[in-house]
Amino acid sequence: MHELSIATSLIEVACESAELDGANKVTKLSLRIGDLSGVVADALHFSFSLAAEGTLCEGAELDIEHVPVVAHCPRCDESFTLRDVNRFICPKCESPTPRILTGQELDLISLEVHVDETARA
Amino acid sequence: MKPRVLEVRTRILKKNDELARDMRAAFASRGVFVPNLVSSPGSGKTELLTRTLDHLKTAYRVAAVVGDLATENDANRLATSGAPAIQIQTDNICHLEADMVQRAIGGWDLDTLDLLFIENVGNLVCPTTWDLGEDLRVLLMAVTEGEDKPLKYPTLINTADVVVISKIDLAEAVGFDRELAHKNIQTVRPGIEVIETSAKTGLGMQRWFDYLIQQVARKRDGEESSAAKNLPQATEQHAPL
Repeated sequence: MHELSIATSLIEVACESAELDGANKVTKLSLRIGDLSGVVADALHFSFSLAAEGTLCEGAELDIEHVPVVAHCPRCDESFTLRDVNRFICPKCESPTPRILTGQELDLISLEVHVDETARA
Repeated sequence: MKPRVLEVRTRILKKNDELARDMRAAFASRGVFVPNLVSSPGSGKTELLTRTLDHLKTAYRVAAVVGDLATENDANRLATSGAPAIQIQTDNICHLEADMVQRAIGGWDLDTLDLLFIENVGNLVCPTTWDLGEDLRVLLMAVTEGEDKPLKYPTLINTADVVVISKIDLAEAVGFDRELAHKNIQTVRPGIEVIETSAKTGLGMQRWFDYLIQQVARKRDGEESSAAKNLPQATEQHAPL
């Protein structure tokens, strides 16, 4: 289960960004996870809640946007969303489509943070 | 206490990616070619690698690092080739990360190496997202795993540069349908090069060695690393450290 390593890295990056901004609490993390990234959302949620304990991200919500796998057909010169992530074949002309445009993302997009002035004082 | 939205736009594995990029640059500047072998457990990575080290060591300066959850067994097997080999024990982590490799090879002078092989932890999912600074990602699939393995694990194969079908000497005994296996590989990863080998009998091994030597030569001629191109790109480009 590599999601724990991913959650640990996510929390590290998020806490660092929040601290740089002077925030002392992260309440939401918005992610983009590709359907071909090898990450299982449920496992990431579970790992995140454990790994976030005692950090600025403790109790924060994970908002995951799933990114479909989009490939490009060189013959039709068109892009299409794969119905099956193990079939890189153009639905129109049946040509192989090795070029992947989206679907491998593993990105942190934004954070919802709070700055508690009284706590900072 | 008012909430505020902070735009971050970065790869979640930013730290690993940055380290891997630095390692790739260090390997390139010292002229070290780095293949990363990935596969499920028991597909024959260590056997293939031991034979490869043994063969290449006459013409190249070779070394290997190998990751396992526990034991030093694989490093000991690799060392029988006469090449230096270091074991990384991951303490139950299911994949190698860039910093583990960096720590493991910390004592080696890269100027004394031509090829540094990384044998990843046996796992067909978890190693996918960790860039180790490699030049080439080699995916092994043994004939004993069945023809549909590529279809079941589309993620890792789509970060690989070459597929090695191992234990080809057992194909007939286990009823391995070669044609179907090749068709499945090309369905999930069109255009990828496939090399059939048997490390035990030597079948196909010369083609594998020739392929590696060709890749080393390409890197020396200054062509861009294919692994670097295949790995997912960051949302935001980070300035070099």
